[in-house]
Amino acid sequence: MFHKISNLLFFPLILLFPFSLYMVFVYAPEEATMGIIQKIFYYHVSAGWVFMLAFGLVLIGSIGYLVTQRRSWDSFAASSAELGVVFCTISLTTGPLWAKPVWGIWWTWDARLTSTLVEWLIYVAYLMLRAYVPEPTKRANLSAVFGILGALDVPIVYFSIRWWRTQHPAPVMGGGGYLDPQMRVAFFVCLATFTLLYFFLLGLRMKINEAEDEIGSLKRLAGSQA
Amino acid sequence: MLKKIARILWKDILTEFRTREMFSAMFVFALLMVVVFNFAFENAPRDSILQAAPGLLWVAFTFAGILGLNRSNAIERENMSMQALMLAPIDRGAVYLGKMLANFLFMWISELLIIPIFAVLYNYSFTAHFWPFLLILVLGTLGFSAVGTIFSGIAVNTKMRDVMLPILFLPVVVPVVIGAVETSIRVLAGEPLRGMTDWLKILVVFDVIFITVSFLVFEYVLEE
Repeated sequence: MFHKISNLLFFPLILLFPFSLYMVFVYAPEEATMGIIQKIFYYHVSAGWVFMLAFGLVLIGSIGYLVTQRRSWDSFAASSAELGVVFCTISLTTGPLWAKPVWGIWWTWDARLTSTLVEWLIYVAYLMLRAYVPEPTKRANLSAVFGILGALDVPIVYFSIRWWRTQHPAPVMGGGGYLDPQMRVAFFVCLATFTLLYFFLLGLRMKINEAEDEIGSLKRLAGSQA
Repeated sequence: MLKKIARILWKDILTEFRTREMFSAMFVFALLMVVVFNFAFENAPRDSILQAAPGLLWVAFTFAGILGLNRSNAIERENMSMQALMLAPIDRGAVYLGKMLANFLFMWISELLIIPIFAVLYNYSFTAHFWPFLLILVLGTLGFSAVGTIFSGIAVNTKMRDVMLPILFLPVVVPVVIGAVETSIRVLAGEPLRGMTDWLKILVVFDVIFITVSFLVFEYVLEE
């Protein structure tokens, strides 16, 4: 059901991706001090927003599963976690690419970077947990429990790391700084593109889960009749 | 409810007295880590070792704790005692709280025994600021056992049992590790607890949230 709607996103996405590149490289002006390097910001922050959204929806899916015990909620949480890890990885790799020329270092144990890394580790653990529980109902229950506890941990991780690193300068980006209006427009186009991409892939992934479940039950059926 | 929790706690204490599995595993492992640290930091100046001492201790406690927590649910798997626990007319949350308190107790006692040994081996003095340090030890260890008890219940259900617990456990307890190390360093340097209420709050909030939520969802972990 959900994937039928999300599949429709394919057509706007085909147009939106080249358009977002146009907005980033042609429409938006080059930043005065950082130059062309700053262009990575558009995709980096968009990926950052999507992984936070995705991880938030893992919590919703996990609670939904424990309350209703419906498999679709589990599939929703699992697909969202997978996509969250992908987008978080994009964020974690584009970040250092930007930081090396601008800050002179690939990585610093700054609050935002460290908490993103810890979040990434939590959801990688979530996916590993799923991979090592073969029985579907048990997998759904256990990963829902971990999905809830992991999500509750995220704000605590964030605040503890922020206090731990208060002596460090605030992250350069997202610090509430002024953004050129044209840059802002380009940024929102990228944000919308990435968000739609997330929902499109989510629908696709859930559809694959459904097919896997169906094949699994057909196999069991065939096995019992043979 | 309290009586049921106490029953489970007593059962775990009794099992531990007879097998000594968790305690000996944690104590010996923590001791080994303390010894190995000495070789790892051989060329570091003594001052910097002393500064890192609370951190070293917490690393040893964390990893030793994982070892012990792994046993806490694995032991229930043997002789089908897990099934017996599930058949017992007890709320699953009470089982969680009982086991959590038992794990806390075993971890805490082995930590208390490691501290004097550490003090002797590294010429480090805890005596001046022992009471505030003890409070941090309780808060940090409570956080470890709150998360560790439920995660070890999850981990025994997976194919990779022993490996799964640290993978689930370590990223989630990051706030406890940061808070415990940060406050321990300051307390042992002679700072009063009043100056670090923010950190103590984080530790308390972590403990309260994880104990409450685990209490509520433990039934899904125990399900067969």
